[in-house]
Amino acid sequence: MELDLGVAVSTLWVLIAAFMVFLMHSGFAMVESGFARTKNVVNVLAKNLATVSIGTIAFFLAGFALMFGADFGGFVGTSGFLLSGLEEMDFGIPSMAFWVFQAMFAATCATIVSGAVAERVRLVAYLIFAVAMAAIIYPVVGHWVWGGGWLSELGFHDFAGSTVVHSVGAWGALVFAALLGPRIGKYRTDGTVQPIFAHSLPLGALGVFILWFGWFGFNGGSTLDGTTPALAEIIAVTALGGAGGGLGAMVFSWIRHGHSDLSFGLNGVLGGLVGITAGADVLSLAGGLAAGLIAGALLVLAVEFLDKVLKVDDVVGAVPVHGFCGVWGTLAVGLFATDGGLFYGGGLSLLGVQAIGIVATFAWVGAASLVALLIIKAIVGLRVSEEEEIQGLDLAEHGMIAYGDFMLHNLGDFRRSVNTHATAARVLNGNGSRAKLEGESVIS
Amino acid sequence: MKKIEAVIRPERIDKVKDALSAVGVRGLTVTEVIGSGNQKGKPHTYRGTEYSLDLLPKIRIEVIAADSDVERIVDALCKAAATGEVGDGKIFISPIEEVIRVRTKERGAAAV
Repeated sequence: MELDLGVAVSTLWVLIAAFMVFLMHSGFAMVESGFARTKNVVNVLAKNLATVSIGTIAFFLAGFALMFGADFGGFVGTSGFLLSGLEEMDFGIPSMAFWVFQAMFAATCATIVSGAVAERVRLVAYLIFAVAMAAIIYPVVGHWVWGGGWLSELGFHDFAGSTVVHSVGAWGALVFAALLGPRIGKYRTDGTVQPIFAHSLPLGALGVFILWFGWFGFNGGSTLDGTTPALAEIIAVTALGGAGGGLGAMVFSWIRHGHSDLSFGLNGVLGGLVGITAGADVLSLAGGLAAGLIAGALLVLAVEFLDKVLKVDDVVGAVPVHGFCGVWGTLAVGLFATDGGLFYGGGLSLLGVQAIGIVATFAWVGAASLVALLIIKAIVGLRVSEEEEIQGLDLAEHGMIAYGDFMLHNLGDFRRSVNTHATAARVLNGNGSRAKLEGESVIS
Repeated sequence: MKKIEAVIRPERIDKVKDALSAVGVRGLTVTEVIGSGNQKGKPHTYRGTEYSLDLLPKIRIEVIAADSDVERIVDALCKAAATGEVGDGKIFISPIEEVIRVRTKERGAAAV
């Protein structure tokens, strides 16, 4: 067999990109466990681990077929279950490499749900929903846009999945979190928000850096082509989008709240990345930066909107990051695309098509998630008992704790060393959280 | 015998410990506590939501001493713990009926 160097390079690139998207799951795991409380860290990690397994298997059994199989009515694919007939499909690279890359995407979409519903969801309910996401809900939208379905026929543009991956995950998360209700203690009796603090922003920051790194593969690999010069431009737009998002959120929250909230900065990087994912191949560098900056500011407002207006408790900000910024990223294509965007003299038609895609995706994912979750609720229930929630899901669902004898726990009988005076400045604010206080020089 | 119970600023624990040691105090019990007094918490925001911390972190030190040592210890404590700002803490003194050393069953002053 003759070696085609172009195909070889592209295959290698797409596989490396797939590994980078795989690594993003460690990023999700760190962000979500960092933003949760210590008593729920094992549970968060277990969900993330299980989602990669479930997503990969579900995408092998059915997801890939529904997404890329022979088209039925522009709505869904109908062939290729268990990857049968895969070798006859042509993606420009070996089909198996394409499948591996796509399977990592499916798992990414499903895992977005995990952070939003953390700290009170029943493990089994979450796992069943993850199957539904990766096997059915995500592949259907994927088919519309990437599998030759009706949205792609309309000219809807979503390069690497602001809508297909991120919004789909986020709308599933929104419905799930709304049905679950907020965590105990999230709202005071008068309805105002009582913050529940992240237990480890270092873990959150590590996770965001890993996700940012992985995103270069997420967007870059979506070229399916390691030989095109466009690859470098896509990576450059991705770098600027993340940079803009992080800075946009930090500065915006600084102005709005009087200090720079790191948790917003971390969310903002991800929001900026989601904000350029749809248009990474059609945005100029300036357009990518603008889309990222706006996504960062939008993210801050979206978190407050969800918390204070919708009163949906999203532990990690998954819906603002992947949903609100996903919508923005999809619209940004219609505004900033150098070919067809409103700001480049392209008129409103592309923007209109993008809006149709956003609304259709919201309708499908919202309805399908609602049905799936109501069925799951009827069979196994969605939420742990009040007692289990207060005790923490780590003990209730797994019979173990995350940090062993590392003295961080709020387990009732915790012992803490007073020899390390560093711990003295910790405030136990009813939920094991800490904060710096006026007039207190915190020793660390 | 008296129990001297001081609630102080956490960052003063090293200084207070040294000061107590300098006036001959060997036995002390230290606990992390939270509480409220004249010092007020300041409003903060977390992820866009305002909150205030009304219970502030303090360190509580308990020392058992002979009546004649109390004033010396109190002086040392105040000197080491005071910053002059609101929130320096308080000292409570109460009588102790009996002290028993677990190892030897000694009682009273010998057990302190």
